[in-house]
Amino acid sequence: MAVISIERMGLLSVFCVCLFFSSAFAVDRGNFKTCDQSSFCKRQRALKPGQSPYRALLETLELSDSRLTLQLINDNNKVHLLLELYRLQGNMTRVKINELKPLKPRFEVPDVLIAEPPTEPLSVLSKDDNGIVLSLGAESQRLIVSARPFRLDIMEGPEVLLSLNSRGLLAFEHLHLRKDTQAQPDGAEVKESVDGDQQQDEVEKDEDGEGDKEQDGLWEETFKSHTDTKPNGPTSISLDFSLPGVEHVYGIPEHADDLKLKTTDGGDPYRLYNLDVFQYELYNPMALYGSIPVMLAHNTQRTMGIFWLNAAETWVDISSNTAGKTVFGKMLDFVQGSSEKPQTDIRWISESGIIDVFIMLGPKPSDVFSQYASLTGTQSFPPLASLGYHQCRWNYNDQEDVKSVDQGFDQHDIPYDFIWLDIEHADGKRYFTWDPHKFSQPKEMLQGLMDKRRKMVAIVDPHIKVDSGYKIHSEITSKDFYVKNKDGRNYEGWCWPGNSGYPDFTIPEMRAWWASMFAYDQYEGSMENLFTWNDMNEPSVFNGPEVTMHKDALHGKWEHREIHNIYGLYVQMATAEGQIQRSGGVERPFVLTRAFFAGSQRFGAVWTGDNAAEWGHLKISIPMCLSLGLVGVSFCGADIGGFFKNPSTELLVRWYQTGAYQPFFRAHAHLDTTRREPWLFGPENTALIREVIRQRYALLPYWYQLFFQAYRTGMPVMRPLWVDYPKDTVTFTIDDEFLIGSDLLVHPITEEGSRGVTAYLPGAGEVWYDVHTFQKHNGAQNLYIPVTLSSIPVFQRGGSIIPRKDRVRRSSACMENDPYTLYVALSPKKFARGKLYIDDGHSFNYDTKKEFIHRSLTFANNALTSSNLCPDCNFLTSSWIEKVLILGASKPSKVVLKMDGKETPVDFEFDSSMSVLTLRKPGMNAGDDWTLLLQ
Amino acid sequence: MTCLHLLLTLVFAVSLGTPVEIQRPRGVPLTKKPFYEENKPFTCLDGSRTIPFDRVNDDYCDCKDGSDEPGTAACPNGSFHCTNAGYRPMFIPSSRINDGICDCCDTTDEYNSGAKCENTCKELGLKERDVLQKMAEITKEGFLLKQQLIEEAKKGREEKQGKVTDMQENKKQLEEKVEALRTVKETAEQPEKEAKERHLKAWEEQKAAIRLEKDKAKMAEAFLELDDNADGFVSVSELQSHAELDPDADGTLTETEVQGLMGGAAQVDTSTFESVWTNIKDKYHSEVSREESQPEEPAPVETPPEEVKEPVVDNDSEPFPEDDISEEEDEDEDDEDDYHEDDDKVRVYITQKTGASINFSDLSFDFGPDAEFTYLYSQCYELTTSEYIYRLCPFNRVSQKPKYGGSETNLGTWGSWSGPENNKYLVMKYEHGTGCWQGPNRSTTVKLTCGKETVVTSTSEPSRCEYLMEFTTPAVCQEPANMDLLPHGHEEL
Repeated sequence: MAVISIERMGLLSVFCVCLFFSSAFAVDRGNFKTCDQSSFCKRQRALKPGQSPYRALLETLELSDSRLTLQLINDNNKVHLLLELYRLQGNMTRVKINELKPLKPRFEVPDVLIAEPPTEPLSVLSKDDNGIVLSLGAESQRLIVSARPFRLDIMEGPEVLLSLNSRGLLAFEHLHLRKDTQAQPDGAEVKESVDGDQQQDEVEKDEDGEGDKEQDGLWEETFKSHTDTKPNGPTSISLDFSLPGVEHVYGIPEHADDLKLKTTDGGDPYRLYNLDVFQYELYNPMALYGSIPVMLAHNTQRTMGIFWLNAAETWVDISSNTAGKTVFGKMLDFVQGSSEKPQTDIRWISESGIIDVFIMLGPKPSDVFSQYASLTGTQSFPPLASLGYHQCRWNYNDQEDVKSVDQGFDQHDIPYDFIWLDIEHADGKRYFTWDPHKFSQPKEMLQGLMDKRRKMVAIVDPHIKVDSGYKIHSEITSKDFYVKNKDGRNYEGWCWPGNSGYPDFTIPEMRAWWASMFAYDQYEGSMENLFTWNDMNEPSVFNGPEVTMHKDALHGKWEHREIHNIYGLYVQMATAEGQIQRSGGVERPFVLTRAFFAGSQRFGAVWTGDNAAEWGHLKISIPMCLSLGLVGVSFCGADIGGFFKNPSTELLVRWYQTGAYQPFFRAHAHLDTTRREPWLFGPENTALIREVIRQRYALLPYWYQLFFQAYRTGMPVMRPLWVDYPKDTVTFTIDDEFLIGSDLLVHPITEEGSRGVTAYLPGAGEVWYDVHTFQKHNGAQNLYIPVTLSSIPVFQRGGSIIPRKDRVRRSSACMENDPYTLYVALSPKKFARGKLYIDDGHSFNYDTKKEFIHRSLTFANNALTSSNLCPDCNFLTSSWIEKVLILGASKPSKVVLKMDGKETPVDFEFDSSMSVLTLRKPGMNAGDDWTLLLQ
Repeated sequence: MTCLHLLLTLVFAVSLGTPVEIQRPRGVPLTKKPFYEENKPFTCLDGSRTIPFDRVNDDYCDCKDGSDEPGTAACPNGSFHCTNAGYRPMFIPSSRINDGICDCCDTTDEYNSGAKCENTCKELGLKERDVLQKMAEITKEGFLLKQQLIEEAKKGREEKQGKVTDMQENKKQLEEKVEALRTVKETAEQPEKEAKERHLKAWEEQKAAIRLEKDKAKMAEAFLELDDNADGFVSVSELQSHAELDPDADGTLTETEVQGLMGGAAQVDTSTFESVWTNIKDKYHSEVSREESQPEEPAPVETPPEEVKEPVVDNDSEPFPEDDISEEEDEDEDDEDDYHEDDDKVRVYITQKTGASINFSDLSFDFGPDAEFTYLYSQCYELTTSEYIYRLCPFNRVSQKPKYGGSETNLGTWGSWSGPENNKYLVMKYEHGTGCWQGPNRSTTVKLTCGKETVVTSTSEPSRCEYLMEFTTPAVCQEPANMDLLPHGHEEL
């Protein structure tokens, strides 16, 4: 509080105060900028809503088939902007705003969109002096361009769905030459601040003295002894969005915060700037390792999305007219018929680049997911094994250590698929190499794992040790692939290996070269069961500003400032490409990344970075992964056990139970922690951990099918309840439980010493079955569940069919040909539906040769039928159906299998206490057409 | 049962010369064959239900205990038996049947997975026999060495014990002198009395600890005396020879009475002897003292030293041996360091006075049931790795020094024996080494295995700042089992 009030006193004093405070009580926070310490954020935020200086010049309108252009003018400085409007296929609108004639080109983010989005025709419905009305396709959707001040409204029928610049916060700092280095240009050109009229007075004052200018950070700014030279001066952009009728907004990861975004009035905006944050704090809007500038807005009627395509440092302000109101206040409004509609206002602020916004109009949640997927792609379809359990530690010390941990899993009969090596495996942190003493025979080690049908991940970070004897460094140097500093020399920073260079992953040739380094003959000691982990790719620079790269470093002609948030995406992209290429394009890659951006979902998995062994961090893993899932990244997980510090045994067990039901399932630990392999906490806890890992493996067919669906449609794998129950307002703020697909509801235990939890089971008129006991519960209720240390509350939705492989073995590969058990959970109307997906689990043949089995399983009218969803697919499996459990069934007199025109009786058992019908060994191949009749 | 079974199969092997497969369902050990009678309904081994025999090994799990599927992977909790003729039979979890990985050396677990397994039982058997033989040799030689160690330790201890007695005699004289001086001093230094009282308590505690230690030593002695057959256990009959322990003083010490003293156990080892000792120590007469009718221990020192910092060292006389019981001094927190310093001084002094070979502090260590670890005391053993030189000085400390210069790091000082319950002397724990940055103090676990040589064979750091050392010594070699009982060439049919 003290800091905030003092901040108003002026920038200089803020610096002093913050430095003082930071060293006094929050060292980690002090390393990172607040909005006030980021000059463009401070300038932009100082703008108040009101009369916008921007006016649309309607006479400049040009309309081609699918593109509308129009000039905007800032009446204060007469700078012209160019507005482009596109109607995109799939109910989206793209709004681009750039300078009409910029001094030099402004940066537009490449490589995020999978293609130039296909457009649909736009037509002008009416036009007058005040504006234009455009038709947005077939629906009753219209786009209204208001001229003075400039404003856009998207309407459906009489309803305003969304407005742009309705609060007049559009601000575009146009490129111009620095005044003191240039002969006096014409009056309009000199304004060196946000082009809003409110700022004008201050701007004029600023121009009076050089000193003030420096303080304002227009042409230079300093943070904690790091100076950003800003040769292009101020270049920031901002735009506001109003969402009438919306009270719930989500997304814009990565933040360690609740699922439902909070209003930012009185605090800092949510920040998007990929940073290596040491021991991050919970429940605040500080930036973390990754950034996805996508926000979802949801109410009972509609779900929409805003995708702000900009890779520079970005801040997002959220305010709401109902945020301050109590429930009673809202009720009073209702009773009194208050005319005020709830509304959420958003404001995006970025340091540079252009305004390029995609408005995804839904209306259903699944529509928004597919709309976003059509722009940036879907989750890569991972190898099946990567959905198993991953055992990681910084560090497994040597080959002997790896071997004994591997044996430990077999001794304790715990399945796992991947063992991981952190930075110590390499020779002096020279990635792509092996420590000659500790890992002298990497192929022998990998072969040992392969013999057990298991795999390994070794870390490859993007900082390269400056060492002329190191092949990677000398090749990058000779190819001139390093990022440059502002003076054009190779940028060097401090990281794990000491002095390091940073390859310029924005260069396509650099990425191609990097990819080629994963070839088996280049990456010595690598084999086909070795995969990769990209850490520190924010990029992390220990001695850089905010532990990252200087913004005035250069990627070709572009400053790092422009591309910062996409650097990590490029690293993972190039690495994944390398893994694909090494197999001749046959095998799927698996690459984990810490930094990410919009589109990163196409390249692999992400994790939530360096968390801590605290209950709060276990709890936050749920909203953090849910937020990522909403914006395309389904393959998300948190370090099980917590990275820093030692977890209590209870916390570790609870974390395994939670992690087993999150998409990316990996235990990891800091170098300084004590060992925590699953069997080190006594036989009882070993048994608890074994049990939950086994539950994970039994459910792999379901996870795999969900990832196939995510890959196909963009539907998140792990999702908030509201995605499937969009009209149930109770679900809108729930983030202590979640759905896996539509059919499993998980309420992990995240409180110490918990003896019971209350889970919300959604869906009026629906039922849920406890997956452990088959006890049936009604939907639309808060269910109190007493728990012990062995409990992990999981429910299967009545109306669903989940295929499982209940013969859990030591790795997923070992289970390849095992039979399935179908868990058919009947709805109150005795109906159920599910899917089964099978392929080879590791190659691209599902895509290139259609080698997969995709089946629809339906239970209706007392018959369970398997039918082919992909008749032109071909894949043969030796897996068969060993058992069918029908939950909520009544006892039949006879069960018959109909197949190939023949009928054979099937043995069954009926448990009347739980109404569970078990069909014994029906035995059909999992790829066949068949029907099981209950008579 | 198992022994008999092994024996029987052995007989078969010898008499028939060629292995014969006895028909039984796949994965069932011979011992359980009777439960799987063909063409009769099968009852799950837990008795939970009975199923037709054709449901045994039909790749569907009917029994909760998994017993109907001994040869398939159908049951989550089942187990598969491989005969492994030529090697040793074993059970593997059912989940490893046909998983593409060869687990049984006779390849029987992979009958339908396409995995190309080779029968390696013969080689494994040979290898194992080789290893066992070598181990047996090592154990045998090691055990002989151990006997020597025990002998030496015993001699050394007796020698020391003698010296202790001498010193105690000296001490007694010294005490008398001190007593005389004290009387003089007391009258002269009345005002200091209060200050002295502060020390009194600490001194009392020290004494109590000394007494405890002596009691322990006495107990150990008594144990050795009682253990007539030196098997490491005191049995009822051994104790019965001490008639003075008769609880009801009726002149006869009955077996029941002895059992009562021993808490119902037929025999006790060193660790459990402690409780017996509390029952008998008041009455127990040492055989030595009985025979030689020597007086009891010299009376404990009654007078606190004048100044704690200068504990009764007189240039002309021998110091108190008790001062070497350094562990107990930690109770005095204020002067801890000084104490150690003084303790060291005293030790140096003693060494000078008595010759380097004698160090009395070792009397306070637990050198094993037969003092077989005594020889390790004041020795150090090194292991050089690629980066460091590790140094283990048993009962003292473990340290690590960079190979190419740099200062030494303390990886822990002697803590305790911390092996498993049945033999704590298999693991040593060294604790409170140099603190780690942002981490715990370094500590080292030393695992002892039987070997002819006394060597550090490996070191590792499984967790940050928690070291693991492997150490071989003859002192942990167990009496070799009869060689005839070793598995050699038996083959299950």
